[in-house]
Parts: sequence; structure tokens; C-alpha cells
Amino acid sequence: MKITRLEGTALPMRGDDIDTDRIMPARYLRAVTFEGLERHLFEDERAGSAAGDRAGTVHPFDNPVYRGASILVVNRNFGCGSSREHAPQALQRWGIRAIVGESFSEIFFGNSLMIGLPCVTASPDEIRELMERVEERPNARLRVDLEAGTCALDGFRCAVMLPGHARDALVTGTWDTTGMLLERYDEVDRVASRLPYVAGF
Amino acid sequence: MGHTLLEKVWDLHTVRTLPSGQTQLFIGLHLVHEVTSPQAFDVLRARGWRVARPDRTFATVDHIVPTRERTRPFLDVLAEDMIAALERNCRDFGVRLAGLDDDRQGIVHIIGPELGLTQPAMTIACGDSHTSTHGAFGAVAFGIGTSQVRDVLASQCLALEPMKVRRIRVTGTLSRGVYAKDVILTIIHRLGVGGGVGYAYEYAGDVIARMSMDERMTICNMSIEGGARVGYVNPDETTFEYIKERPFAPGGEAFERAKAWWRSMASDPDARYDDDVEIRAEELTPVVTWGVNPGQSVPVTGRVPAPNGAGGDAQAIADALGYMGLRGGEPIAGTRVDVAFLGSCTNSRLSDLREAARIVSGRRVAPHVKALVVPGSASVKRAAEREGLDEIFRAAGFEWRSAGCSMCLGMNPDKLQGSQVCASSSNRNFKGRQGSPTGRTLLMSPAMVAAAAIAGEVTDVRALFT
Repeated sequence: MKITRLEGTALPMRGDDIDTDRIMPARYLRAVTFEGLERHLFEDERAGSAAGDRAGTVHPFDNPVYRGASILVVNRNFGCGSSREHAPQALQRWGIRAIVGESFSEIFFGNSLMIGLPCVTASPDEIRELMERVEERPNARLRVDLEAGTCALDGFRCAVMLPGHARDALVTGTWDTTGMLLERYDEVDRVASRLPYVAGF
Repeated sequence: MGHTLLEKVWDLHTVRTLPSGQTQLFIGLHLVHEVTSPQAFDVLRARGWRVARPDRTFATVDHIVPTRERTRPFLDVLAEDMIAALERNCRDFGVRLAGLDDDRQGIVHIIGPELGLTQPAMTIACGDSHTSTHGAFGAVAFGIGTSQVRDVLASQCLALEPMKVRRIRVTGTLSRGVYAKDVILTIIHRLGVGGGVGYAYEYAGDVIARMSMDERMTICNMSIEGGARVGYVNPDETTFEYIKERPFAPGGEAFERAKAWWRSMASDPDARYDDDVEIRAEELTPVVTWGVNPGQSVPVTGRVPAPNGAGGDAQAIADALGYMGLRGGEPIAGTRVDVAFLGSCTNSRLSDLREAARIVSGRRVAPHVKALVVPGSASVKRAAEREGLDEIFRAAGFEWRSAGCSMCLGMNPDKLQGSQVCASSSNRNFKGRQGSPTGRTLLMSPAMVAAAAIAGEVTDVRALFT
């Protein structure tokens, strides 16, 4: 499947260093499939938040104004910590189709790419602007164009970055790597045979 | 111009450049556990693929195993399903498994080195972010997600982008009571929890050179907490001594040939680094985290920061303090703890338990503290028992458990309750990390955990040395 342009309403999730334990608490990793994980997204910090917590804050994932959102907007180092793919799996199953942020943890970025969930970056100022605009007008549509490297919302437009290999993989629909890796297995054997610890010291 | 170990290992393991521009890298050792593998095996089954190199694959059970009552089937039906799935997958695909009753069972990052599976200049992958641990041996080791586990199972390869290398030299002499854990927590504090993204960390300098393999593993283990997916130490005589005569190590003359090759793969003296950082050992003290990420730490003699001013950092500090129930400006020492946890892939090796036992010996755990020791592997447990460490811990009021990840992430019955505060030798103080949505974690060295257990509060372990 080729992934070139994504469009939908957005959901701002403020805060740096949001780790994958917060996104998907470890107790929900006790399963042999990824099915149903979306029901537990940010579960611990959402507990009771639908009605507003003590400060009256409603978690963005409980806030009815963001219902149906498909593009997540985040700050710095999103998805840090555990390598659990359950985190991007749950976001995708919830309905997130792309994430726009200041920066991402390397493993989270890779896990997301592996399941066709693009994580693109923009500058901190642009992310702030995006978040403010989304909070003001939650029903505005955010458009992310991977080929052009841009995102646009309500007349606001900015460049978004994606490493070349990731962009190519998504726009050409080759982000499922296993097939590619299996393609020329004789070359794999050749590399293995030159490694002394495989061939024998 | 010389090359770094990372460059040499990368080049040697490169199969080809993929159409995407990524490198197809051969993986020399794939370590597998019960939590991140079942969906990957299911894909293999659905597509009719086999495991490409069962001879380069090794599995164990660690994340969800109970550490007290291990009778099968487990009371936790979900945990039982996961173990049963791994057993079935290993049987169906011909993968070696150190299962629950195997005397080699343990945390995957403890047993790889123990068995001699982990060797210098290998590429290693495992569906766990703390795979960076194996870099202590001069291996290039990647934490991966389940789709990449599928890739490695099916092809013994990963599609990866090249990394930059930051050398971190730790120089001088560590003072007594300052441990490898304090070194890595300080590095993460200084460079930031996202500071290592895109980098492999090469740990060097005379402090690292004098460290044991256990200490080097503690350092490399937490590379990922600084954002660096890979961390390594160049292999040297300490490395070779550790590996010698381990079950999967080359033996006899082959070992000598292996040593020569391992030595040749270390970074050259004139290698070029993308960044170079020096940490002076004299500046280091025992460290404790006060917040909700491993970069939020202070010396045990220091004070919790206050959220001064506006901006994102002040907001983050205020948020962390609110969660932790701490007040900015207060000394971290004296923070009351409810639980003391000695365990995890960071600090549950024999030397960690010895150091903690020295502190607790002849003392008693504070009455309000629940204290437990979870050895990193069945082998560590046996070795500790041979030395009588279990008796020392039990006499002091610690519980003595069987090997697993346990309360590091609370996927088994070992969890914090409510908003308990835990002095923990583990690696993550994230919100909810230790199994209770409101539980609170203070990361520190094993000796500091032992001291906190005795005092019932955060205390400077150096005051307990006799």
C-alpha cells in the first residue's frame, strides 16, 4: 500500500518525552496478539479523565472534540523508552494515520514505519503553532503530504521532515521490509560465511 | 584514518544497500522472549516461512514469569498463554529455549553474556530496548519491535540506517560509593533522555577500562534511556577473560584466534567520532532520580529542582513533581520509601547482589519497607546462594525470589500498590512503570537501594560503609 498523503482532523498531545509505558501500560502486553490494544491507549493517565480530573483537564484521547481525529501532533522525543511495538499498534488501531512532532525516539519511529504509520517532524515553533490552531479549531483538517514534505492546516503551512528512506518506503509502498530482506538470500549466506563467529574461528 | 568498532562491525555485516537506501544488516545473534515474539511467529506461520537461522537464535522466558510460585499452569491465564505460545513456537520452528525450569533461564540480557552467546563484534537483536546491554562486549546490539523480530526470524537480517558515533570518555577515579549506575545516570542527566537519538554511544576512558563486565553491562544497558539505541565498550582483556570457557564461547586454540579477531575489531586509536564528550569521575556522586524520566536525577546530597520560570522545562518539572508527590527545593535524601527492589537487567548480577549484601549484612530492613531481591538469572541465584548472600538478605528482612524482570515493569505479580514509592535498581522511573498506575520510582544503584531499605528513606550509602 502506498502512503503519500494523509488528511483528517488532528489531536494535540502536549508534553516532551512521552514514553511507551504511558502510551501502552505493560500489563496489556500480556497477550499473544495486538488486537484490542487501542482500548487501553494512555489508560493510566486517562483514568477518570473523561469527566475531567481534579484540575478539570480532559485527556486529549477522551476529549469529544478530537473524536475521529487521525493525525496526532506531539512534542519532543515522543515514544521513548520500551521498544514495545504495541504502542504504535494501539495508536494505529485507534485511528491515528500519521504523527507530526518535534522529534521521535528511534525505536518508536522504526516500529511505526514498519506498520506504515509515518512520523514526520517540524520545528518546535511550527508544532506550537499547529497545536494552538488545532486546539482553537479542532474540526479543521490537517493535511500531511509526504511527497511534497509539507503539512497544512487552515491556511497555515509548514515543511515536515522525514528521512529519505522512510519517505521512499512509504510513498512507494515498500515499508514491509521482510520481502526485501528475503529477496537475495544467497548474499546473506555469503556475508554469514565470512563472519568468523558463524563460520568457526 | 582509522575506524570505530561500529563502522567495522557495520561494514562486515552489510549484505547490501536496499532500494530504500537502508542497509540490510546480517544479525549474528537473535535473542527471543515471550512478550514481543508471538505476533512475529504468527506471521511466519501465516506466510509459510521458516526461521532462517535457528542456530543463531536463542529464547528464554523473563518478562511475565512469577518469581515466587512457579507451578504451571500459572494463575495468570494470560501469562500462561504467552509462555505456552513461546514453547510451541520454539518447538515448531526449532529454536533453542531456556524455559522456566531450565537452569539457564533468566533475564535475556543477563543470560546471553552468561552463556557466552554474546561475543565481541557480533550484531545482536532482541525485541527489547535494553538489548544495548550486550554492547558491553563490543557487540553492536539493537532493541527492536515485533515487526523487526519477524524480519530477523524470517531473514536473519534487519533494514537499518547508519548511525553516528559519540564517544563518551569517563576519566579519573570514581570515589567509594559511586557505581556504574551513577555514571550512566549522570551521563543521561547531562546529555538528555533524547540526546542520543541517531547515535551509538561508545563508552571509553580509564574508568570504563577498569570496570568489570558487570559494570560495563550496567552502563551499556541504559544507553537507550539516553536515546541511544546502541551503546558499546571496545573489547579488551577484561572482556576476553569473562567470555573464556563459557558454554557457547570458542574453546582451546579457537579461543586464541577469536581473541585476535575481536581485538582487531576494536575502534582504532585514530578513529573519527561524530561527537566526543568527557565526564570527570571526580565530579560524580551517588545519584537518585526524583522525576518521571531517567534524566531527572540529582546527587543524593542535592535538592529536588523547583519549577522556576515559564516554558516547557518548568512545566515538565512541575508535572513530574506533582506525580512524584515531591516539593521543589527539598533535599532528596530523607524521601520515605515503601518498597526496595533489587533486580532488573540493569543491576541484578552477582556483583550487584554482593555489593548490596555488604550494606544489609547485620542490619534490618525498616519495618514499613517491603524489600525484595530478584536475581537476574537462575545462575546468578545459584551463585549467590553458594556464597550465602540469600541468607544475608533473608536475615535482614528481604524476600529472596527466582529470576525474571519482575518489578522493573510489573508484568508479573510483582507490582507496586497504589502510590507506593520504590527505591529501585532498575532502569525506568516512567509513570506507572512498576505496575501501579500511580506508583512512584526512584532509580539508584543497588547499594543505594540497600541503604534505602535499611533506613526506610533515601539515604547516602556512603554513611553506611564501615
